[in-house]
Amino acid sequence: MKIVVASGKGGTGKTMVAANLGYVLSRDRKVTLVDCDVEEPNLHLFFPAETVDEAVTAENPVFDPALCTQCGACGKFCRYGAITVLRDRVLFFAELCHSCGGCRIVCPEGAVTETGRAIGKVGTSHPLPGLTLVSGFLNEGEVQAPCVVRAARAAAGDYPLVILDAAPGVACAVMETITGCDLCILVTESTPSGLHDLALAVEAVRMLSLPAGVVINRSDGRDEAATAFCREHDLPVLMTIPFGREIAAIQNRGGLVARDLPGFTEKFAALYTDAVRLCGVKE
Amino acid sequence: MIICITADGPDSGAQVQPRFGRAAYFVFADTEKGTFEAVKNPVADAQGGVGPRAVQTVIDHGATALVTGQVGGNAASAIQASGIRACAFKGQGTVSAALSAFLAGELPSLL
Ligand code: SF4
Ligand code: SF4
Repeated sequence: MKIVVASGKGGTGKTMVAANLGYVLSRDRKVTLVDCDVEEPNLHLFFPAETVDEAVTAENPVFDPALCTQCGACGKFCRYGAITVLRDRVLFFAELCHSCGGCRIVCPEGAVTETGRAIGKVGTSHPLPGLTLVSGFLNEGEVQAPCVVRAARAAAGDYPLVILDAAPGVACAVMETITGCDLCILVTESTPSGLHDLALAVEAVRMLSLPAGVVINRSDGRDEAATAFCREHDLPVLMTIPFGREIAAIQNRGGLVARDLPGFTEKFAALYTDAVRLCGVKE
Repeated sequence: MIICITADGPDSGAQVQPRFGRAAYFVFADTEKGTFEAVKNPVADAQGGVGPRAVQTVIDHGATALVTGQVGGNAASAIQASGIRACAFKGQGTVSAALSAFLAGELPSLL
């Protein structure tokens, strides 16, 4: 079973939900947490542990000057602007390349081959007896976030229970994270901007026909707008986390509310059972 | 000699556009023929990788000099590698005015 935790925008507490859910479930079963927010992975801050890193590489073109005639076909083809064909050679901008392989195919001289270049890494650790953490890291300045997400997902495998922390928003890397999951937990705040972004995330999840439920975070007790939105969109409200100084303080020092605050272990355990039940997913 | 000037419009009376990759038009002034040819910048509204592709347009039209306001990092590398001489035109003015200033040697080097 794969559960993805997502949100329409950053700062909603998505990672906190994923971390606490992973922590609680790992006490009586094996859980793998996967940080797919590869541009800003934060899950590891909740679970300090020794990590084994593996490089993630992307295929990049290599241009053979002996064969190249500067015909310009590759530069015309590359819509990411990674190639400029000069009068005497080809200029390649590696960090703009999306590894589509097109330049190799269109080159009439067979002057293009490919080679792997590191664009990030995947770190794996075992911070708790039942818990494995897999984190994807995209190197700064690189654009191929989906590639690192794919590598992190592959490293995590399918078994037995996988919880994925998606990047905020609905960009390609998020779609790469959500695709193939069984259930989506959407984290939101009940502010107007929070709901606007939630609507976008719901659209993405629906497009992939994924069962979904909502966690309302930092609630001030007046969540009518959010609950009305959920009713309209046929989304169960799975959990409401109140706004509280104590919760914020635990968060700020990288703590887990499910471990450090009474009552929250049960709350997060219930989140899992409710999500599975209300969204109609078979365990 | 062909000089490329980044512009808001398609002729010599148009205002110079200071942002290289985002300019709507590249106006190519041919000093031997005394002509102006305007080319619509195909990547003016594109998302990423604008600089190198804009430089490609400049190269493909045979320019050996470029007059603009500012260029990004990737564009700068591509311009430098291509051997095109880039000059800075700051402030406001028309394409003809920028060309005159360039030919009079009044424009400082951009890179
Ligand atoms: S592989 Fe694709 S993105 Fe990369 S340089 Fe070639 S055409 Fe451009
Ligand atoms: S398509 Fe091939 S031959 Fe043409 S410029 Fe590119 S590398 Fe050179």
